[in-house]
Amino acid sequence: MPTQNKNESRRDFLKKSTALAALTIASPVLTKAGENDEKIAALFEQMPLRLEVNGVAHALSVEPRVTLLDLLREQLHLMGTKKGCDHGQCGACTVHVDGKRINSCLSLAVMNEGKKITTIEGLANGDKLHPMQEAFIKHDGFQCGYCTPGQIMSAVCCVKEGHANNAEEIREFMSGNICRCGAYPNIVDAIMEVKKGGQSL
Amino acid sequence: MDKELLIPTSFADDRVDGVDKVTGKATYAAEHQLANMVYAVFVCSTIAKGSIKNMILADAKRAAGVLDIIYYANCPAVPGYNPYAKDPNKKGYEWRGLKVFNDNKVYSNGQPIAMVIADTMERAVHAASLVKAEYVKEESDTDFENAKADEKKLKKPGEYKRGDTDAYKKGEVSLEEEYTIPSETHNPMELHATIAAWDGDDKLTVYDKSQGPKGTQRELAQCFGLDEKNVRVVVEYVGGAFGSGLRSWPHVPAAVIAAKKVKRPVKLIVTREQMFTTVGYRPHAWQKIGISAGKDGKLTGITHHAVSITSRYEDFGEGIVNVSQFLYDCPNVNTSYRLLPLDVNTPTWMRGPGPATGCFALESALDELSYKLNIDPIELRVINHAVLHPISKLPWSTKFLKECYVLGKEKIGWQNRPTVPGSVTEDGMLVGYGMAGGVFGAGRGQASAKGILKADGTLTLQSAVSDMGPGTSTAMVTMGAQFMELPANKISFELGDTDLPNGPTQGGSGTTSAIGTAINVVCTALKQTLKEMAIANVPAFANLKPEALKYEQGIISVTDNVSINISYTDILKAANKPEIEVVKDSGRATAEAQKYAMNSFSVHFVKLHVHPVTGVIKLKQIVSAADAGKIISENTARSQMVGGAVGGIGMALTEEVNIDNRYGRYTNANFGDYHVPVNADAPPMDVVFVNKADIIISPTGAKGIGEIALVGVAPAIANAVYNATGKRIRNLPITPDKLI
Ligand code: FES
Ligand code: FES
Repeated sequence: MPTQNKNESRRDFLKKSTALAALTIASPVLTKAGENDEKIAALFEQMPLRLEVNGVAHALSVEPRVTLLDLLREQLHLMGTKKGCDHGQCGACTVHVDGKRINSCLSLAVMNEGKKITTIEGLANGDKLHPMQEAFIKHDGFQCGYCTPGQIMSAVCCVKEGHANNAEEIREFMSGNICRCGAYPNIVDAIMEVKKGGQSL
Repeated sequence: MDKELLIPTSFADDRVDGVDKVTGKATYAAEHQLANMVYAVFVCSTIAKGSIKNMILADAKRAAGVLDIIYYANCPAVPGYNPYAKDPNKKGYEWRGLKVFNDNKVYSNGQPIAMVIADTMERAVHAASLVKAEYVKEESDTDFENAKADEKKLKKPGEYKRGDTDAYKKGEVSLEEEYTIPSETHNPMELHATIAAWDGDDKLTVYDKSQGPKGTQRELAQCFGLDEKNVRVVVEYVGGAFGSGLRSWPHVPAAVIAAKKVKRPVKLIVTREQMFTTVGYRPHAWQKIGISAGKDGKLTGITHHAVSITSRYEDFGEGIVNVSQFLYDCPNVNTSYRLLPLDVNTPTWMRGPGPATGCFALESALDELSYKLNIDPIELRVINHAVLHPISKLPWSTKFLKECYVLGKEKIGWQNRPTVPGSVTEDGMLVGYGMAGGVFGAGRGQASAKGILKADGTLTLQSAVSDMGPGTSTAMVTMGAQFMELPANKISFELGDTDLPNGPTQGGSGTTSAIGTAINVVCTALKQTLKEMAIANVPAFANLKPEALKYEQGIISVTDNVSINISYTDILKAANKPEIEVVKDSGRATAEAQKYAMNSFSVHFVKLHVHPVTGVIKLKQIVSAADAGKIISENTARSQMVGGAVGGIGMALTEEVNIDNRYGRYTNANFGDYHVPVNADAPPMDVVFVNKADIIISPTGAKGIGEIALVGVAPAIANAVYNATGKRIRNLPITPDKLI
């Protein structure tokens, strides 16, 4: 597969340039070139990334291939954002980036330089649940709860976008979030209630 | 006072774990943080049958962060893979199912053949993509239609007969039709995942997506030759399963093997694509029904044959034809069931296993018969209502099926149903109404529960079950509140850990009755203990007998003189005990099953529109009526019914695993191509419960909901499609191309 070859040649290039790198950085680790080839290559593959997650500023160093979803889950340990497919087909990974809902599995972390990310962990105001979270509990908009963070993040934007004017419209604009437990009618009820409540979200 | 009023209304119906689930705090299998943890990723076969000649690992080995690559040639010995090797006479436990990395054989496309372990997820995924295999390929067979025709290829698990064979052939009004369903996958939203961590050589902790922590514990103890008590399985939250978590699939031992080899905790997540080829599915099935009735509608004969697929390495069968044996009264019934092994992975129980498939055929055939007889389909079912179980001749513990017809019929507006198919339109769309019944076994299984009553006034209940979504914790808290006559906010339920008392595997709609009964027995024992403690420690009760005392709403009093009373918290204080605890069993309903037949029943009603030109189906309303015994938690029970109906929509209209028989490979193993229902596919839904307790099965009164929520939905939709269009679709899913 061509992409893999490309990837490999980049890695090989990095390894071949070890000696040069050692001179440039003058790190004692790098002088033991042979067995450390991989570690050095790995070091070069990190990129700096600054972003804000739930109001907290992060200065990170990440591989360019890391998705925003995996950054959140595996590196920042924010497990509230779920992985259901890793292919942009289920919506379980929905987060807000600068206030817009996106599938975080389809966004490389490094594409989010300087952006503000909100995940399910950042939605409530301390102990006070967000109205959408309240409504999901009240209308039992879930069973297993696995799709729920994605549904709620999506639902908040669905209302904000002005796509929650009636049940039919909500169904359409919430169809990017699969719920295998089939809580759909309850999810629609929850969103209708929040929309009617008219709170600012 | 009505005891149920004790539960604060604000609390009564909300899920006890609701806040965890809406805030992202609920922790699922892959989300546990362990120090020093590394990642394992499967490499899967790209042929359906043959053997591995050579694994090409060089590129993967030199990829960054790779700790190990495990495959058949270097996999550490797993005792349960070959239990008879050391001593052929000694009885060992053999791992059932695919013995992953045991040898170089390939039994199906997408079978795990190697596993890369690396220090980050990205590195493991990348390195896994560099592993290649060279195969000795053999001719594979995954073509159901073709293989089924060859009698020699079929295994024969069962026959049944009462009265005359094939009596339908001589019936006054009769039909004979064939029905097929494709393989359907569970695909819960949470990916199957296992985290395994060894502590020394003989202690293992596993975080797993399992419907039965105790079952997983047992399987792993046997597989790795460990003491059960040295295997701890933790299942805090389960993100759906629908049957896929009823047993351990290859990734579970694989994670344990990996952790052993690299001596670090290992996390193995099954990808969505691998979920299609490694964790089971509802098997592709063909059925033939012959059915007849007199002009009065009385059934005179049913013949039901079925063939469903299984793998080459394991037989999986389910009760597909059983529904025809007992759902309706009919003197002459014969059934047969065959298994067809193909080069595929093993199927398994999926929501409503057996009846979900069987009822599609039987309930479709009854609908067809109703048109031939010119009798309303509901009426036809009422005419053939079985008062006694047709096989055992026993009465049912409870059976409120007729009530379901009445409740559902009214709610859907059955009187608006066109009697002539394809004769009514609304807004240019053809209108159809359909109904069909569902059934599943009920009972009371074995479960233990512990109750810890504390001096601070709280009651903690525990059982090693897991909750894949139906609301088990909520139901247990509700029942604990009722049985102990305490406010629900004083009660908590702890689950999902094998260190807790023996819980059942969550499956077959049996959790509530099994653990609920154990909790009932626990509460009775706690009350008795409190009485004895009052007598021993509180002077006012000295010398009295426990029988002279009564327990009401947390207060022990003298029955003849209620002015002598004391709260349970004060009894504990007087006895100087911070808490008391008891562990009790549910006890199986074995004796009851000798005297009664036990089932839950449902009837589903559908109204839909079909576009006359494009064949696009738009569901307008679904009403599900259920006789599920007493409803413990109206809120979660309703959600289960709705969820089951949504599953039924998928089964009826969209879900179908496609296989390219040239390669034996699935062509739609992802959510973009395998279509599960989305929000826009779900119409407004109503649920009506008969809500009558079945106290023969258990003191909880509950019969079970999970399966009957889905069983019968697909035929109800198919029957409505016929009513709208006059087209009878007997092979699921009913996609528009089949209607134009
Ligand atoms: S995990 Fe991102 S859409 Fe499914
Ligand atoms: S609540 Fe289980 S997938 Fe939506």
